[in-house]
Amino acid sequence: MKKPYQSLEDNSTYNMKQVIYRSLTTKISRLCFVLLLTFSTSLMAQEGDPVKGKSLYNSNCAACHRLDKPMTGPALRNIEARLADEQGLDREWLNAWIRNSSALVKAGDAYAVKTFNDHNGVPMTPFPQLSDQDISDILAYTAEPKPEPVAAAGGGAQESAGQDQGGISNDLILGALVLMFGLLAMALIVVRKTLDRFAEAKGIEIPEEDKKLPLWKAFAQNQFLIIVTTIIFLLASGYFVYGYFMQVGVDQGYEPVQPIHYSHRIHAGDNGIDCKYCHSSARVSKTSGIPSLNVCMNCHMSISEVAPETLAEGQEYGVDYNAEIQKLYDAVGWDGTGYTGEAKPVKWVRIHNLPDFAYFNHSQHVEVGGIECQTCHGPVEEMEVMKQHETLTMGWCINCHRETEVKVKDNAYYTKIHEELSKKYGVEKLTVAQMGGLECGKCHY
Amino acid sequence: MSSNKKYWKSVEELNENSSIVEALQQNEFVEEIPTDEFLGDKESLESSSTTRRDFLKYVGFSTAAASLAACEGPVIKSIPYIVQPTEIVPGVANYYATTIADGYDFASILVKTREGRPIKIENNTDAATNGVANARVNASVLGLYDNLRVKSPMKGGSSISWDTFMSETTTKLKGLNGKPIVFLTQSMPSPSTNKLIAEFKTKYGNVNHVTYDAISESAALDAYQAKYGSRGLANYDFSKAMTIVSVGADFLGDWQGGGFDSAYTKNRVPANGKMSRHIQFESNMSLTGANADKRWPITPSEQKLALAKLYSYVTGVAIPGTLPEALDKAVNAAAKELSAAGSNGVVVSGIQDVNAQTTVLEINEHLRSKAFDPKTTIKTRQGSDKAVTQLVADMKAGKVGAVIMNGVNPLYTLPNAADFKEGLSKTDLSIAFSMKEDETSTECQYIAAAPHSLESWGDYEFKSGHYSMMQPTIRPLFDTKQFQEVLMAWTETSGSYRDYIKSVWTNGILNGSSFNKAVQDGFFVGAKSDNVVENAADATVEEANEEAATVLTGGTAARALASSVKAGGLELSLYTKTGLGDGQQANNPWLQEFPDPITRTSWDNYLTVSKADAKDLGLINKNVANGGLNGSYVDVTVNGVTVPNVPVIIQPGQAKGSVGMAFGYGRKAGLKEEMQTGVNAYPLYQNFNAVQNVSIKKVAGEHEFACIQLHNTLMGRGDIIKETTLEVFNTKDKKHWNSVPQVSLNHIETPVTSPDVDLWDEFDRSVGHHFNLSIDLNACTGCGACVIACHAENNVPVVGKSEVRRSRDMHWLRIDRYYSSEDSFTEDIAKKEGISGLGSSLSEFAELEDPADSPQVVFQPVMCQHCNHAPCETVCPVAATAHGRQGQNHMTYNRCVGTRYCANNCPYKVRRFNWFQYSQNDEFDYFMNDDLGRMVLNPDVTVRSRGVMEKCSMCIQKTQKTILDAKREGREIKDGEFQTACSAACGNGAMVFGDINDKESKVTELKEDDRMYHLLEYIGTKPNVFYQTKVRNTSKA
Repeated sequence: MKKPYQSLEDNSTYNMKQVIYRSLTTKISRLCFVLLLTFSTSLMAQEGDPVKGKSLYNSNCAACHRLDKPMTGPALRNIEARLADEQGLDREWLNAWIRNSSALVKAGDAYAVKTFNDHNGVPMTPFPQLSDQDISDILAYTAEPKPEPVAAAGGGAQESAGQDQGGISNDLILGALVLMFGLLAMALIVVRKTLDRFAEAKGIEIPEEDKKLPLWKAFAQNQFLIIVTTIIFLLASGYFVYGYFMQVGVDQGYEPVQPIHYSHRIHAGDNGIDCKYCHSSARVSKTSGIPSLNVCMNCHMSISEVAPETLAEGQEYGVDYNAEIQKLYDAVGWDGTGYTGEAKPVKWVRIHNLPDFAYFNHSQHVEVGGIECQTCHGPVEEMEVMKQHETLTMGWCINCHRETEVKVKDNAYYTKIHEELSKKYGVEKLTVAQMGGLECGKCHY
Repeated sequence: MSSNKKYWKSVEELNENSSIVEALQQNEFVEEIPTDEFLGDKESLESSSTTRRDFLKYVGFSTAAASLAACEGPVIKSIPYIVQPTEIVPGVANYYATTIADGYDFASILVKTREGRPIKIENNTDAATNGVANARVNASVLGLYDNLRVKSPMKGGSSISWDTFMSETTTKLKGLNGKPIVFLTQSMPSPSTNKLIAEFKTKYGNVNHVTYDAISESAALDAYQAKYGSRGLANYDFSKAMTIVSVGADFLGDWQGGGFDSAYTKNRVPANGKMSRHIQFESNMSLTGANADKRWPITPSEQKLALAKLYSYVTGVAIPGTLPEALDKAVNAAAKELSAAGSNGVVVSGIQDVNAQTTVLEINEHLRSKAFDPKTTIKTRQGSDKAVTQLVADMKAGKVGAVIMNGVNPLYTLPNAADFKEGLSKTDLSIAFSMKEDETSTECQYIAAAPHSLESWGDYEFKSGHYSMMQPTIRPLFDTKQFQEVLMAWTETSGSYRDYIKSVWTNGILNGSSFNKAVQDGFFVGAKSDNVVENAADATVEEANEEAATVLTGGTAARALASSVKAGGLELSLYTKTGLGDGQQANNPWLQEFPDPITRTSWDNYLTVSKADAKDLGLINKNVANGGLNGSYVDVTVNGVTVPNVPVIIQPGQAKGSVGMAFGYGRKAGLKEEMQTGVNAYPLYQNFNAVQNVSIKKVAGEHEFACIQLHNTLMGRGDIIKETTLEVFNTKDKKHWNSVPQVSLNHIETPVTSPDVDLWDEFDRSVGHHFNLSIDLNACTGCGACVIACHAENNVPVVGKSEVRRSRDMHWLRIDRYYSSEDSFTEDIAKKEGISGLGSSLSEFAELEDPADSPQVVFQPVMCQHCNHAPCETVCPVAATAHGRQGQNHMTYNRCVGTRYCANNCPYKVRRFNWFQYSQNDEFDYFMNDDLGRMVLNPDVTVRSRGVMEKCSMCIQKTQKTILDAKREGREIKDGEFQTACSAACGNGAMVFGDINDKESKVTELKEDDRMYHLLEYIGTKPNVFYQTKVRNTSKA
């Protein structure tokens, strides 16, 4: 579980690079997408493009609509066809509704008024910016057939079954190997015994080897060897005992089971949510803060289920993400439409614990120092289960303070101090240590 | 040579057939030892194969296993909010402006809250209405977390619900059949409460409101009322006075509501060659007397005559009576100085006598004193002795139907508590709004659990037109309701008390200003509320000023005052101590351990006796082997009421023929056992007169005091306190009165500040911040607010009386008090310099140890001096104490192994050792031993554990926070942003903290001041704390 200390430095830089690369790729892909959009609009006629439609749908509609389940607004699968069949409403009506539903309601359109009333009098956000093409793209997306549920539940089961098979086959190979080696050994013994019997039968005398002094006795009689061995033994045990004691209270790799299986991988990694969106107090406070549940609900008010692909990913970790979201709803007292007022606070297990006598301030590092969260917390965006990535020992703090340069640029506080200190030390860039960051009293009071 | 002699060990041995002897030959004891019995089941024990060795193995193994298992870290849970309040960010402090008003102390304050918990009280510097927070106000935050608070309404000793309480009391109030309902409350100058009470009167009819101050200012109130029409006290602004004559007024203490010290100190620092002159006539050595330029110790009866004579000398009206010659001269001189000062002079008096108080008002009017401001009425004292006396009589006669008390504890504070108790039993309904199951509330039918000031809404008019707003800073910790809420329920007024205040303020006070702003500011200065009365007062004052002569020709009050003087025997002056005041906060361990500024004694009150009287009565004070002070016990009797076993302290400067004793101690009910200290002086407070004729009888036994300071004089060591007179200060060069010590370098006298005589190389501190603290001995009154502020900020533990007696107090900041042994400190130095030879040194040093009968006093706050060349740092074997480049001497608790070398090597004796674990230890059952009390701890400062050294950190957590805030906002730091807890708490400007690398800062200016000196400069420690030489205005006007 525990990684050797030396590799930490490499690790963190690697992660940082990774982050940079990822953001670069997203940027490029976005650019391509925009280009594609501009070209495609002119190229394509009224025929909707479900691919573009999906993206438009996700950015504009998904906050209130699901394809197959009513949420704030009604379910949208096949909405155009359904409206045409059931209500006899055409695309014109839909365009008008999407661009400004309130106007339709006001105008007294019967179905518009009905829909408005059915949804507790909450008007749909108007989207005047959507072009006809956009709307047909979206409608094309909604018109796509419902994907087969095999991918979700059945697929998961199959996959896990396949995994199980894989496990069995591995075991089989191993078992076969063991069997083979066993047979081989048996065969050798049998061969030897047979040879012996032959020899006996033929009266061949197998010459007896000279009984030498057993090795351990020879060793015991050699005083020099004993002394050397003892010294080596003592040194080795000293090394291990020291190592053992030095890791007492160091919880690197601490990865407790949390009351709700919260995946940083999905939130920070796949969805790319900024760490400080949830851990907002890291900007201003000494603690980064465990987000209060209302922060979760900012998004999860409309995200009650994960995408089928994500759900499938969860199978790998043995987690049903939808059930975990339900746990959040239970804790916050959300019944799908409103708050019940029956909240059950979540008792998270704290992972990063500093002793009381060490003062650490997140805002100093995050806001003033501009340090990435990953520098200390590791590749959180890849962690399915959050764990302590670093040792959090004083030596680790000090090392970083020795090497890290203070971000003095554009900070009026540092202007004068920087000027004077760089003159004093004859350097352009100042490390935290040169600023006094190694003094005991900076962290212990 | 053999002998047949038979030696026997017991008579039994002589009996040859004794079985006992036989048994003893075989065994050690006659009877079989019942080992098996106490080892449990004999059979199983015998059948067990566990040998002693096995047992030890098991024990050893399980110990090892347990200790290895203990290496596992505990699982720590974190519970975030469901919905986080927007104003709360964990780890960031919020400040709220509110008010502390407990009927005795009134102050506009700021409350620092962390994660919703109030943890510290700070000054609301914008609202300078009633001075700044004193030590008690600073400590009151701990009262919020008092485990012995009443946690729900109670009836007959058991908890009831508020519904039950309301329904039962309402029924009873309505069924009184016309018998009067009496409100007995503390002084509540609250516009909203008064309106509520008025509404209650309209609804219930026969209602009487009696205001009761435990320590009465009734005489002054009566005098003011007679003269100006409204009930209140004249305001004094000492910053406008250059000559102050006080006759028995402890105006730096709790005189007339207190809060005068910050204005007083404004003129105490010499500026342009001028400072105010303060003459004090008093019997007890008070904080005010200790700060005076000239102090005359005189008995209370002499004070009366002296005041009458002062009137006579100032106005020229003849008053009969004669003073002792020396005193007469002094009074005459004071009168001349006053007359010369004219409108810059002011006279104040603490004599509890209507004539005396009238005389004072008349003198000030005659002087047309600028400091005297009768138009602004002080409203924080409103009690009436007459009304209280009448109430007790009525209650005894069974004439009172219901008595509803708020914030008073008459069974403890009344001299005739027994009468009150009898009367209370005759009422049909008795309710006490109280935070404690105290003496009174336990005798009432109902205890209405009251919230703390920090949990309540409220509005107060400290002075006419000066309002202070109280807002809750935390939800009520317990099931409490404030008096006003219940009043609203009784009068069936809808809405919350906050809404009620808002309507009262918008309709009558704010005059169009915003209510929310008033709540945010915590104060509001508006038009005077009682305009009618005020106009009358204005008229009277103007009239008086215009026709001073005609008003004063009578001098009746002064004449009556002079004739009321009776030559008595020993006179007792009852007073309040800076720590406990009237005793409301007796369960506050900070205040109990707070050393009295004058006697430096904690955890006690006592009888202060002059040296001469002590000698006559055979009373002694002595230091025993461990340094602790012991004192005799006496019985104190006033008019047949005896308070037994009062310990005695011999007080330098106590007027001969007078003794003093403090209120506020000797409480028992509702207090932890540790806090039940001292003796109750209230039974001696007969007729609400603080001066009584007493008889004293020495009784057997010796009392053990817990003193923080054991040494009383400086023994002529002028390098600790530098002092000079205003005359010398103005006329002579700095080197005459504040010279830098010289050492010999190659036979050349060199100042110690020179780098040539330094052992160490100087570290360049010119970059970044370099913190310095300036302490002005002229502006420090010794009030001790800084001491409590330091406790609150830095989680300083309370150690208890016996530990303090062993000099194991943990105070990071102490205020040393020194007496001179001659008439002045300068004479002390001269005497020490004059000592030559062994004989002379033995006798004269011994004399220097005794303070003079009328000594000069000086206060000196001492904390870690943060020496740049610190002697403690070089001796620490583990480098647990090291120096930061910002000038702070760091103390790393987790590194400290407790050798105490540093404390031994510290020349200032400011390091404190944790002899015990003071938190979560039943042996130290103070605030750190319960979950509630620990809520006051500052989360940014480590709670130290046993075996480590600690000391003042120069509030590094505060300086670091200021720096971080500036970094985050990307700006430079302005002067005044850096503060320590003590400098922020000091309203007198005695402590100024700042960065000396900021050349524009005030502290840099002070460091360049001629008065600046370092403590024990000659040892070359180069401290970062410096002092300003004390200047005394001894010049005669």
